[in-house]
Amino acid sequence: MSEVQVKESGDGGKNKQKKQTLRVDFTPMVDMNMLLITFFMFCTTLLKPQTMNINMPTKDPVKDDTETNQVKNSGAITLLLGESNELFYYEGMPEDTKTGEKHYDDPDFLKPISYDTDGLREYLLKRNSGIYEQIQELKEQLQAQQIPDSIFRQKSKEIYDKAKENPRTPTVMIKPTDLSTYENLVDVLDEMLVTNIGAYAVIDLQEGDRYLLYKKTGNCEYLTEKQKNEGNGCK
Amino acid sequence: MAKVKVKKQSTFIDMTAMSDVTVLLLTFFMLTSTFIAKEPIQVTTPGSVSEIKIPESNLITILVDKAGKIFLSLDYQQDQVLETLRAVGNDYGYTFTPKQEDTFKKLKSFGVPISYMGTFLDMTTENQDKYMQEAGNPRVGIPTDSVEVKDTQGAVISRDNEFIRWISHATRIRNESKAINPDLPELQLAIKADKETTYPVVKNVMDDLRSPGLRKNRYLLITNLKTASN
Repeated sequence: MSEVQVKESGDGGKNKQKKQTLRVDFTPMVDMNMLLITFFMFCTTLLKPQTMNINMPTKDPVKDDTETNQVKNSGAITLLLGESNELFYYEGMPEDTKTGEKHYDDPDFLKPISYDTDGLREYLLKRNSGIYEQIQELKEQLQAQQIPDSIFRQKSKEIYDKAKENPRTPTVMIKPTDLSTYENLVDVLDEMLVTNIGAYAVIDLQEGDRYLLYKKTGNCEYLTEKQKNEGNGCK
Repeated sequence: MAKVKVKKQSTFIDMTAMSDVTVLLLTFFMLTSTFIAKEPIQVTTPGSVSEIKIPESNLITILVDKAGKIFLSLDYQQDQVLETLRAVGNDYGYTFTPKQEDTFKKLKSFGVPISYMGTFLDMTTENQDKYMQEAGNPRVGIPTDSVEVKDTQGAVISRDNEFIRWISHATRIRNESKAINPDLPELQLAIKADKETTYPVVKNVMDDLRSPGLRKNRYLLITNLKTASN
């Protein structure tokens, strides 16, 4: 292939016609190309990083208590992100404003759960069953390009709005402690996406949650300075 | 005597085809690739199943390292980026020479207090990189404190939360030019933090963004694609 036939015309007719093959050696060329390819492979990103949309609640003071109390106790799930990949959850509120019932000293109120598929995901899927299947169906239709994005959004909004009427529909409150990592937060937000949870928010830890965590784990670091000074055996 | 003819066989391998293939591959890589942007710190982002791609431009990336140092990468129209630099400098009484502004345009990301920006921009690229690696230096990272920060000699490094100023000036300048040209897309904010960063560090950044002066409640978290494991 890399041979070029060169016909040498004999001068004077005396010389015999000589056929000379001119071969170009492509090996160095290949070497150089390989080097360039290696360079490009190491210096480039083919995959663009992914992103995750997040809406945080505003910092503005809440006008009245009705807004915070809108989360129905029966549907509320609170996730507490603890130290070294520990995760706890409780359902409802630790303090019932209507009946005055308190759960702070109930050792089984705060339950441990894992970040794994058979932990948090399984639990949320169970709680969100019904809605999960409907949204999943829509998502599949969207992926197969059977429906456009606008219809997907409209229909999923309808499903979520309808689900709100059911008091058992989960509303997840994510409360990361100071000892948790950023990865924990992203993992939990990820599970919300996977299990098609309609309503979730990242909220600051309250004193009651801190106390529950302290009771469960015995770790003083969960408490605020004020709580530590109030006794509790942490000084 | 019968002569044994030794046939001379050439071991020449034709490399033309091979070269063709490599050139094709090379072309592919050159056309599809985008270069990894040089970042002052190495950050391993957490994995997520979210498949939303990061926008290519009109983006402010907030890089957060493990210790909570903040670096910014302004990725939008260059004249507006320069205007942002001037506005932030003006707030603190600093001006920049055209040469310094030119260097700033070429910077992919930066993380120095505005008081030190001029000196930083005068450095060579090598020294800039070296400077960014100085972990314990209080002049690395954009200050987020609301109080005066002083160095060991008592000179003021920063006066108030410069991070909030950068973001607010950037969005203000974008909104002003958006009033003239409504087709301009909104500036988006993306947080890129290391997965081992503790939550309070990330929370500080989020709280700054939510502060009354900014009211930024929507932003993107940059993650890696995690393959769904069942």
